[in-house]
Amino acid sequence: MNYLDTNLKVVGTRPVRPDGVDKVTGRAIYAADTRSAGMLWGKILRSPHAHARILSIDTSKAAALPGVQAVVTSADFPEIKSEEAFVGEGPMNFRDLSTNVMARGKALYEGHAVAAVAATTQAVADAALALIEVKYDVLPHVIDVDAAMADNAPVLHEEMFTAGVTPKPTKASNIAKVVTFKKGDAEAGFAGAEVIFEKSYTTKPVHQAYIEPHACLVTYGSDGQVTIHSSSQGHFMVRAYTAKLLGIDMANIRVNPAEIGGGFGGKTLIYLEPVAVALSRKSGKSVKMQMTREEVFRGSGPTSGASMDVKIGAKKDGTIVSVKQILKFQAGAFAGSPIGPGCMCGLALYDIENIEVVGYDVVSNRPKVAAYRAPGAPITSFAVESALDELADQLGMDPLALREKNAAKNGSKTHYGVTHNNIGFEQVLAAVKTHPHWTSPVKPGQARGLAAGFWFNIGGESSATVHVNEDGTVTVATGSVDVGGSRASMGMMVAEVLGIDVAKVRATVADTASVGFTFLTGGSRVTFATGMAATQAAERVVDELKRRAAAIWEIQADAVEWRDGKAYPAGSNAGAFEPLDLPAIALKAGRTGGPVTAEVSVNAQGAGAGFGAHICDVSVDQETGQVTIERYTAVQDVGKAIHPSYVEGQIQGGAVQGIGWALNEEYIYSDKGQMENPGFLDYRCPVMSDVPMIEAVLVEVPNPRHPFGARGVGEVPIIPPMAAIGNAIRRATGVPMPHLPMSPPTVLAALDAAKK
Amino acid sequence: MAKSYVSTTINGESAEFLCEPQQTLLDVLRDVIGLTGSKEGCASGDCGACSVMLDGTLVCSCLVLGVEAEGKSILTVEGVAQGEKLHPVQQKFLEHAALQCGFCTPGLIVASKALLDQNPNPTETEIRYWLAGNLCRCTGYDKIVRAVQDAGAVMRGEAS
Repeated sequence: MNYLDTNLKVVGTRPVRPDGVDKVTGRAIYAADTRSAGMLWGKILRSPHAHARILSIDTSKAAALPGVQAVVTSADFPEIKSEEAFVGEGPMNFRDLSTNVMARGKALYEGHAVAAVAATTQAVADAALALIEVKYDVLPHVIDVDAAMADNAPVLHEEMFTAGVTPKPTKASNIAKVVTFKKGDAEAGFAGAEVIFEKSYTTKPVHQAYIEPHACLVTYGSDGQVTIHSSSQGHFMVRAYTAKLLGIDMANIRVNPAEIGGGFGGKTLIYLEPVAVALSRKSGKSVKMQMTREEVFRGSGPTSGASMDVKIGAKKDGTIVSVKQILKFQAGAFAGSPIGPGCMCGLALYDIENIEVVGYDVVSNRPKVAAYRAPGAPITSFAVESALDELADQLGMDPLALREKNAAKNGSKTHYGVTHNNIGFEQVLAAVKTHPHWTSPVKPGQARGLAAGFWFNIGGESSATVHVNEDGTVTVATGSVDVGGSRASMGMMVAEVLGIDVAKVRATVADTASVGFTFLTGGSRVTFATGMAATQAAERVVDELKRRAAAIWEIQADAVEWRDGKAYPAGSNAGAFEPLDLPAIALKAGRTGGPVTAEVSVNAQGAGAGFGAHICDVSVDQETGQVTIERYTAVQDVGKAIHPSYVEGQIQGGAVQGIGWALNEEYIYSDKGQMENPGFLDYRCPVMSDVPMIEAVLVEVPNPRHPFGARGVGEVPIIPPMAAIGNAIRRATGVPMPHLPMSPPTVLAALDAAKK
Repeated sequence: MAKSYVSTTINGESAEFLCEPQQTLLDVLRDVIGLTGSKEGCASGDCGACSVMLDGTLVCSCLVLGVEAEGKSILTVEGVAQGEKLHPVQQKFLEHAALQCGFCTPGLIVASKALLDQNPNPTETEIRYWLAGNLCRCTGYDKIVRAVQDAGAVMRGEAS
């Protein structure tokens, strides 16, 4: 059923989230808060070298240390054959993941795990790590993406022959694959252009920087049953990877989702769980592991840095006739950068006749990249949206007008084959145009930037169960990890369908043994796909409640109607009965057919694409290069906001992560390929005093494929900030900003260079 | 290594514990006492997730040794509510949706309470600088600022 035109009572309101009190009182249990009697502490030894052959690992001294109960290396993990994994977000290969979790033969980046121990205390475990003797043959390394593509670059994987080119290369390289998207004829398009703008851009890898480090507590029982408590964006994902990497049947692994302290894509793959299970299997004890912040930086995430070229051709009236884009994305030590979405997302906002995008997925001696909020899209959009801003100047056009002129609309065909449907980009731009921020004069000493962003959003497999409890209250259990308030939206959608107070519905996240398979929390899919499953389960419960009322009244089920949380006879012919509410029906459930419950599993299609546009005012200190964000407004089509506060929160949080990406965040490497800023002091995420209020403007163009019109909202807001800020800086200083981050040294250098 | 005996007050109750000389107050709270509300995000004093009050001073408990708590009074996030009754800061964080994942929240609750206890009517700028030591990666801080402002109004008796 579709509720788009109904009078909603719960959806669209702002109740307190069900897990809220636990989180403001310190009671919520995250993975690192779990304990088990007699548990051991697991710790990982990591490579100090960016690229080195592992000649030998001698663990005998560590194993002999009192208190040490297990030591593992890659010899304790089965060799996995190359096989594509469709378990996480973005491309992954089971063999690569296995080798990332524990290095086999070579250490491919500083921080790569090479051995692990389990001991009675953390101090003993640390002491044991120091006793493990690893002999390395240090190899030449490569960090930068352009350098990694050079002919003479050190090659990470001898078996890596670039995919996607013909003929197949005869020489191994660091280019894992080349992807090409074409629409029309880009070269011919440029021939017909009256203005051409061309520029190269670079971005640095940035970490998701969730505040909670990875952690888990696992037990491998003597009967082969494994239990895992861990922090992830998908406990079914944890189960699948752990099963595959250790050769254990999925039925023998039960994963309990702990509360998760942030993920942003970075917890869509695993690092610790298989190692902890291997240590537990070897020691016969429960094993707890948690990363330090330094390990999080050196050994997990981040997202790709990139080197990009953009060429745009336009008519004098602003019609863009052709675009060519070349994207080179760092994948880290294993193939699998978000080059696909990178190629798709930058240009999907505009209706352009001729497009050619070529993307390269390039390995280098850095940690394997993980998804980060709209993976790939912020990078590609930084280039496209910055270029559009300069093009607008060349054309003598307002940057908003240029976007309006070329905006994708329903029926626009993208260069990757999808035709847009039910999108709200024009509505977003219209909201920008009339917003007081956009219409107000720019303050003296400041300048204003604008940029837009697109993310396709995903649906996929989700399961939800709705139970009517014996007292008529309701429990909804889903398989989706709640990373930002989704239990609130699940409870609200179920309460809406049942017609009851949301306080009577309790939403929970069920473990892998207690609910059907559910794909991980990523791609902005949970409110859409899991929300669809929960809504349908609630509808089945309503059908069943009508049957139960009919049984109590001894009339036909179709003579019962359900409204406002009660069963009523449908008209006078059905008979005269007092309405029955949920508690009344639940009370008699045992006599009318047993428990009232429904489980629905869906493979949701039709996730509506998301569009946003951000406006920001900046001031630039010409002497230090320091940029201050003076005012910030983020406009986004959210379909329908189920819980508007958490929708605004997604937009505000994404925007501020984007501000960090724009102004400060980067991995800084020494010439030995070692990360020099693996802590929050030197890897500078935005703190509260760095940013102003972020105004989130919700545009609601309903997605007809979702019962309440929802479309994913969590990823779009991190896409526009980098270009919006860069464009503002350029307008403030007259100097283009093609390189991220636009930190004081970068900005100052650019200003100084422009003066010469 | 011999453990040290430490006598303290935690959340208003006397508490004694044994800890190793190098053990941080955060590790003691979490691993010895079992109060896991204070979180470890960095163990270097940069994120504020472990914020507690020590004799009325806001500190990162990861930068304090357990033995330094001898004779002192500690307030953790678990001690902010009075029984069932939430502190205005906690109530306003809930009402304003000033949390998403909730991992930084315990530290922010303690730090915000500390601010309002000594400055009941802070400006937005004062809030932003006082709480600059508490990283939040989810919210973009907007709703946190509003929650603290609103909690201040409640504590001043100007709102409910």
